[in-house]
Amino acid sequence: MAEIIQQEKGGGGKKKAKKLLPHMDMTPMVDLMMLLITFFMLTTSLSKSKIMEIMLPEKIRDPNAAPPKISASRTLNILLGPDDKIYWYPGGVDAEDYENLPPVIETDYSAEGIRALLLDRNTTLFRTINDFEQQVLEGKIRISQDSVAASISKLKSDDDTGPIVLIKAYDKADYGNFVDILDEMNICGIARYTFMDIAWYERQMVERAAGLPITPATAAN
Amino acid sequence: MPKIKLPTKSPRIDMTPMVDTFAVILIFLLLTSQMRSPEPTSVDMPFSISETPTPDFNSMTFLISNEGQVFFNVDNGPDTLLKFRREILQEMGNQYNIEFTESELRMFEKYPSPIGVPMQQMKEFLNADMSARKSMEVGIPIDSTDNQLGMWILYSRQVNPAVKATIKGDSNTEFPHIKKVLDILQEKNVNRFNLITNLEAVKINLDEIQQ
Repeated sequence: MAEIIQQEKGGGGKKKAKKLLPHMDMTPMVDLMMLLITFFMLTTSLSKSKIMEIMLPEKIRDPNAAPPKISASRTLNILLGPDDKIYWYPGGVDAEDYENLPPVIETDYSAEGIRALLLDRNTTLFRTINDFEQQVLEGKIRISQDSVAASISKLKSDDDTGPIVLIKAYDKADYGNFVDILDEMNICGIARYTFMDIAWYERQMVERAAGLPITPATAAN
Repeated sequence: MPKIKLPTKSPRIDMTPMVDTFAVILIFLLLTSQMRSPEPTSVDMPFSISETPTPDFNSMTFLISNEGQVFFNVDNGPDTLLKFRREILQEMGNQYNIEFTESELRMFEKYPSPIGVPMQQMKEFLNADMSARKSMEVGIPIDSTDNQLGMWILYSRQVNPAVKATIKGDSNTEFPHIKKVLDILQEKNVNRFNLITNLEAVKINLDEIQQ
């Protein structure tokens, strides 16, 4: 294809044995290489997928054990609703007062939605971590790369200003929402967050806010 | 004056540099990539900012399809000589009174992708050919009456105590499907999970947001 072989006309009477360099036609080899490359490109994945670690609280097996006490003023309840919506309310629900459920506030997974809220609540810690990272980058703090992560988790565990976020998923939420909200916790540097089962009254709060039929409270809840 | 006739030369292109280039690209691709193993269901993974790469061994993967079918995969451990998969299948066979032959065990040991077959059909599945297998994969039973996924978790952890749970789900899967798997894992005292995600870059500036 790339080469048109033309017979040289033998001029003159005497035949002279020409010394030709042994020439190899590389075209088939190029074809073969192309084929192999195409094959490998199609069958392999270049970027390795990443993992996100999450720890869930241990299930309390003893039915009489009291749930751990947390201060209501720092608590932020995030309910993952249907249609990529988030409903949140601060504080706790009074166990005696189920008639007056606190109103929920609707937001979404965008940067202006839940991220702005979380950053607003977590400003102090976020700023501390940010400053620390900046100083490491600028070389003002000289520590090894390995201990940066350890120092940040130390900053997080020492923090007592940030919110305690309780994440609860409504039945109609999807897995993408779940990963998104955990990702948002990492982005905003929330020190304390956990994932919990949704309570029956919270399910009702979501349903009321989203205009869905309300499931009555049952013994199972 | 006679015209000077230039001898018509054949347009000859030397292909050698091209071969060299392709060889370099080929070697690069071979070294940087890993084979994509075929999966019984296609999942659209969610995005996160996490940069931790997926571990190469010591992980059991739960692939959860859009309809809530669960597929299970576990690796052979840090050394292929350990043959963890084989031991796990043997233990599972003991539990459900199924005797696996040597060739079936070897087939399971080498099987590259997640499996979603009830134990009762496992023998048949391992002996079937590729095309017949697809229709047999209905997902591992996870009901409380026949919790085979729990058994898989139990024996995987027994055979390889260092194994870590990894969940791979579609971002559109309804959460209750995932919750069921999480509950079974927690029943077996697994509280630390890895969620498989794709990388997404997010950069935030605190001052910009607050203004």
